[in-house]
Amino acid sequence: MTIQTPEISRRTFLAGTAGTTLIMGLGSVLPGCSSEDAASDLAAKAASMRFSPAVWFELDGTGAVNINIAKAEMGQHVGTALARIVADELGADWSRVSITHVDSDPKWGYMVTGGSWSVVTSFTMLSQAGAAGRSVLIDAGAAMLGVDAAACRAEGGNVIAGDQQVSFADIVMKGDLSRVISEEELAAMPVKAAADRQLIGKSTSALDIPGKESGTAVYGLDAELPNMAYAHPMIPPTRYGSTINAVDDSAAKDIPGYLQTLRVNDPSDLIQGWALVIAESFPAAMQAADAVKIDWAAGPTAAVTEAHLVAEGEALVNDSSSGVLFVDDGDVAAVRDSAAETHSAIYRTSTALHFTMEPQNALVEFVDGVFHIHAGNQWQSLILSYLAAALEVEESNIVIHQYYLGGGYGRRLFGDQMIPAALAARELGRPVKLVFQRAADSRFDCARSPSVAKFDASFDADGGLTGIEHAAAAGWPTLAMAPGFMGTGVDGNGKFDGFSINGADHWYTLPNHRVRAINNDLAQRTFLPGWLRAVGPGWIGWGVECFMDELAAKMGEDPVAFRLARLDAAGKNVATSPRSVGGALRLAAALEDVAERSGWGSELPEGEGMGVAVSHGQERDKPTWTACVAHVAVDAATRKVTVKKIWQTLDCGTVVHPDGALAQAEGASLWGVSLALHEGTRFAYGEVKHQNLDTYTPLRMSDVPELDIKFMQSEEHPTGLGEPPLIAVPPAIGNAIFAATGTRVRDLPIRL
Amino acid sequence: MIQFELNGDTVTTDSPPDTPLLWVIRDEIKLKGTKFGCGIAMCGACTVHLDGAALRSCVTPLSAVENASVTTIEGLDSAEGKALQAAWVEEQVAQCGYCQSGQIMQAADLLRNNPDPSDAEINVAMNGNLCRCMAYTRIKSAIKSAANGGGA
Repeated sequence: MTIQTPEISRRTFLAGTAGTTLIMGLGSVLPGCSSEDAASDLAAKAASMRFSPAVWFELDGTGAVNINIAKAEMGQHVGTALARIVADELGADWSRVSITHVDSDPKWGYMVTGGSWSVVTSFTMLSQAGAAGRSVLIDAGAAMLGVDAAACRAEGGNVIAGDQQVSFADIVMKGDLSRVISEEELAAMPVKAAADRQLIGKSTSALDIPGKESGTAVYGLDAELPNMAYAHPMIPPTRYGSTINAVDDSAAKDIPGYLQTLRVNDPSDLIQGWALVIAESFPAAMQAADAVKIDWAAGPTAAVTEAHLVAEGEALVNDSSSGVLFVDDGDVAAVRDSAAETHSAIYRTSTALHFTMEPQNALVEFVDGVFHIHAGNQWQSLILSYLAAALEVEESNIVIHQYYLGGGYGRRLFGDQMIPAALAARELGRPVKLVFQRAADSRFDCARSPSVAKFDASFDADGGLTGIEHAAAAGWPTLAMAPGFMGTGVDGNGKFDGFSINGADHWYTLPNHRVRAINNDLAQRTFLPGWLRAVGPGWIGWGVECFMDELAAKMGEDPVAFRLARLDAAGKNVATSPRSVGGALRLAAALEDVAERSGWGSELPEGEGMGVAVSHGQERDKPTWTACVAHVAVDAATRKVTVKKIWQTLDCGTVVHPDGALAQAEGASLWGVSLALHEGTRFAYGEVKHQNLDTYTPLRMSDVPELDIKFMQSEEHPTGLGEPPLIAVPPAIGNAIFAATGTRVRDLPIRL
Repeated sequence: MIQFELNGDTVTTDSPPDTPLLWVIRDEIKLKGTKFGCGIAMCGACTVHLDGAALRSCVTPLSAVENASVTTIEGLDSAEGKALQAAWVEEQVAQCGYCQSGQIMQAADLLRNNPDPSDAEINVAMNGNLCRCMAYTRIKSAIKSAANGGGA
């Protein structure tokens, strides 16, 4: 399915001069306003509601360029990548480029950082904005040089014509460069050919890294305001339906710095059954939190366990009437009725935590009727609507100030911790800094839902594969948090969460294929399901790619050959958009490459094996083609699995920031290893059981396998990288275990 | 009143002696480079040096550092520390960066005691430091390139 963030259809490029700064932006001029009016606001550097920029950058009289970044920095060096797209087209001197991460002012347009979308959805407009800026500078520079604009190029912060040149700084100092460029002119604006690029695809250092080794990078947890009080959350035994019977803080009253225990009353009812222990310092708040006794009436899901959730999922996938149709190609029921043979399997994944190392936190100041919220966040435009409902104010009365995120991985797509902090700040009349301790952070996490997937394959009398039905049940994050983003079933019936089924619409050509997306309603009632790195494909891919391996084994075919035979770009598996040029053939090429590089098919010692898996990333219309081979060793006595090496071949089109791309691929690959073998939890008594690192055990350095990651050379439209390289790793490991031992593992995390 | 040395300066605090050192450093002295992660000494984000040796400040009571010398990432100026910080940039280690102060402080302790560690020795020394972005490959290569003062 295609998930569209609210994008603006008509874009205008505006340039305006304010003093000795040239301000340039590309975005939409809002209804009821002329482009010229918006341009004059821009020139005045006004926080205009007339112009909603998707890109906004400034060039000052010294030649320095500052590019505003509306995306969250959480380790992906996103600002560096986005800025290089603009700067390359602009012809800027990269050493004079800086970036600013902006707040949630509506003038910045719709703000979300997730889905591995940042580069893929921004590339064209950033390129156009840079090219439009270049055209403004070239026109002015050409006039200064007394030459024709067509004879000029922009490079290294200069407009150059033959042996003459004039610097951007001199052009900006020269005077008024105001321009309005229409959408039609923008569309005709020449964007550089790949061979002419100076920055895209070239090596560079990430702009955010130096502050992260010196300890000077500022995260949300580091934010302070004068006179702030600390709030320690006291969260109830269930996410929903718990109420406080009584609060006894008598044992806390002697703790120096303890102020009070505040019951949270959220009019929007999102935050239920909370109290906040308020103190002058965080150590005092922690100490008081241990002393305060709260008697809760637990909600209706207080006895729910992982086994209940899985049993519900199994009942749902086994009920052929359940779910919403996500794929319905051919007639699966007919080939099943006439099948000579069938093969079925159930795959499961357990609950998994985000475990961002920076615990959830928010600092809120309520001043002059405006809530100023200081916290790192991935989806400001989503949480603003929740905040407005909880605080009973307009969104325009709320500003979220952005910080570095001490890990996102999807956790910070929801900023629900801001709500109790904001309510308390207004009630107490002073700034409030809410900080979670780790165990509570885990309990409050929007965990990756446990999932159950059932696969039913049909074969004809010749043993040929005639169809696959796939049913997948889980808690749906999008239903819980952003229901407006749900998709509609292919038969027009029902709504589904694409983020809980994407990946089931894979690029294999199958004669008959049906997929049902099923909401696990018990999961939905028990906890807030979350978007965890790689989201739906992160667990859908486990079942799809292990089951493909089962079918290959059953049919006596090599797993690579089995896949290649079905990655033929036939029918719907040709390209569907400029982002997916080549279609399934690009995935086949990545698979052939990784098979060759890994020495696929070579003889291995007893107890060792190689497994393969592929993925198209997060969404069919924005494919990142990934092919993975894992080499594992299984100890015969202890059954311990050691991943010796992971090979990945990735095709994400044009690679904008090569080292940043590699870093994302390395981290995502190891996330795949971690989710396959090292981490997972389960619900017990309505809550996640493993809440801190004594029992929740992500991958550590000693278990890191050798990584061999290659990017295919490509000049195609860039696609995303933060998540896709995770997806094929767990099934490649599972399939390697089968190759090594003959044991088919179907549950994540893998326990032999 | 408890007195100790922090990054070469003498500091005093009125905080209770059982206050975790981490919060004194972060919230009283306002050095924010040392991070809060797990609170049980199992992630390493809060690592500082006590008389040169790595220490988890989230579980260290203030009383334990009385009259001792504490170093944070902001005050790290040993040769191995500087070599590590340079290598961290050279190898482009950090992703979200939240754990990296602790990683560098832990690695500085390793190199101080073992200027040329093997891969296995690096694993042993660094296994207590979680990197949730899983930048482990680069952490290890940066430590190796910083070993022997960066000349290795």
